[in-house]
Amino acid sequence: MSPQMIDRLGQACLDTLFMVGVSAGIAVLAGIPLALFLVTSEPGGILPAPKANRVVGTIVNGFRAVPFIVLLVALIPFTRLVTGTTIGIWAAIVPLSVSATPFFARIAEVSLREVDGGLIEAAQSIGCRRRHILLHVLLPEALPGILGGFTITLVAMIGASAMAGAVGAGGLGDVAIRYGYQRFDTTVMAAVIAVLVALVCLVQFAGDRAVRRLRAR
Amino acid sequence: MAGLTFDSLRDPARWIARDRPGASAAPALVSAIATRAAGTVRFEAVSKTYLSAAGPVQALDRVDLDVPAGAILGIIGRSGAGKSSLLRTVNRLEAPTSGRVLVDGQPVAALDTDGLVALRRRVGMIFQHFNLLSAKTVHGNVALPLKAAGLPKPEIAARVQEALRLVGLEGKAETYPSRLSGGQKQRVGIARALVSRPDILLCDEATSALDPETTLTILNLLRDINRRLGITIILITHEMSVIREICSDVVVLEKGRVVETGPVWRVFGGPEHPTTRALLEPLSRGLPADLAPRLRPHFTPGAATVLAVTCAGPAGPDLSALVAAAGGPVRLLQAGIERIQGHAVGRMLIALDAAGPDAEDRLRALGGTVERIGYVTADD
Ligand SMILES: Nc1ncnc2c1ncn2[C@@H]1O[C@H](COP(=O)(O)OP(=O)(O)O)[C@@H](O)[C@H]1O
Ligand SMILES: [Mg+2]
Repeated sequence: MSPQMIDRLGQACLDTLFMVGVSAGIAVLAGIPLALFLVTSEPGGILPAPKANRVVGTIVNGFRAVPFIVLLVALIPFTRLVTGTTIGIWAAIVPLSVSATPFFARIAEVSLREVDGGLIEAAQSIGCRRRHILLHVLLPEALPGILGGFTITLVAMIGASAMAGAVGAGGLGDVAIRYGYQRFDTTVMAAVIAVLVALVCLVQFAGDRAVRRLRAR
Repeated sequence: MAGLTFDSLRDPARWIARDRPGASAAPALVSAIATRAAGTVRFEAVSKTYLSAAGPVQALDRVDLDVPAGAILGIIGRSGAGKSSLLRTVNRLEAPTSGRVLVDGQPVAALDTDGLVALRRRVGMIFQHFNLLSAKTVHGNVALPLKAAGLPKPEIAARVQEALRLVGLEGKAETYPSRLSGGQKQRVGIARALVSRPDILLCDEATSALDPETTLTILNLLRDINRRLGITIILITHEMSVIREICSDVVVLEKGRVVETGPVWRVFGGPEHPTTRALLEPLSRGLPADLAPRLRPHFTPGAATVLAVTCAGPAGPDLSALVAAAGGPVRLLQAGIERIQGHAVGRMLIALDAAGPDAEDRLRALGGTVERIGYVTADD
């Protein structure tokens, strides 16, 4: 590989990390409240709102049903509204976040739902208000599961970010398509795959380790 | 639990700092508050119907009940009789469908969110499966009620330490619950329930997940708490021995109704309702029908002690050894010996006219188990 190509690969790697990092941050900030809402607002939850629950649940499912590549295109007007542009890294971050948020929210929801109802009851019995229950019971007790779910989300996002080339955002997937596939440069293709595999392994390893730490308590 | 100091909890100045109706800092009231006038519960025609998928389920049917301050009330009844439902109306984990629950004269249903939170700080609860937060240390678990109440950190630390000392877990503050034994977990549960200095403690099958020995230590702790802090305890159990061990009064529930209630000595001594008799049957198992109604849980002068003695060995029980160990007149009430795989296995009910604990120890030394069933008087 030429030095330029190595530079290009390095830049692509940074782009991917940046896109995935920022989108993952947004997915967590939006996904956890969303998951908390889905769990607490269902009938019999600590803040029942069955109608709103059904509406939000349907919207979440709707977004999850749309394949990422379609979302990327369909969201173009919204992306322009938010970022002022439809190409580049930020133009990819919008659809990536929009796709990852409901995905992560559903995974986090499962973990939150697994928190023993007896714990919520115990918290109520000692005079905890709803926010204390969210803060001291639901989130900390579900944390290992949420963290595991976050790892899964990150890996899925690294995969999805490969399509960001479609809006000129660069990244590893873009390099693989443009140089590896279209110009038949097998070395580049192999290099990209190696970097992706390393990245995914690293994320999974760190995630598993963190979860194991939490569970060992 | 020897050597524990409860004095700090008894300090009257600390009690008046709490907001309770009628409490003021007037010195004359201090002693009255310190002797715990608070802690009464009154159920007035409490009914509860659950709406489940399979149709309505009536769990409680017009329950009337008065629990005086400082009592240890036991609730017994078959599974599904409505025990938990009744207990949970006290801190409004469950709202009655009709009727009222009053805690210290205050209707629980009328409370707004703030009032409910305040009530729950005066009513502690412990659970069969402990319900401790696995993500928090023992300290974190016990501190939560105070954190939720917004107390300053130094005070939280002091009160958590005090509560842990009360339950005998001083050294375990930084341990996670998963590293504790069942008995220790329940002690944490008790500390968490007591750290807000409640007037009432609700226990839903609190010892049902524990082995008999641990059960006894937890019961002793509860009795200590009741005696020294004057906290009213309402407990649910399916173990009649628990009731006999610590309760002052007992309520028998059947299909959501109170079918029998009164002091333990009276209900256990002369159970009237068939449900009560059935529930108490294990305690008096094998007792001749004419003796069973005269069985009392407490000693009265002149009463004979009824013991259940089991034996298991290649030879049958040595009666002369038994008589020698009893150290006095022994009456055989009932006995059944079977031979199982070459062993004589059986249970005898004997009545000793003058039995001390040492007689029981000597009997135990013969190799079997000895259980005190109760006391019978010669004739009423
Ligand atoms: N949340 C609930 N929804 C529907 N039915 C319930 C609920 N809780 C209890 N029940 C029913 O109410 C009855 C009394 O239950 P419970 O108070 O738990 O009895 P106990 O504690 O004496 O075993 C049972 O028939 C039970 O199935
Ligand atoms: Mg129950």
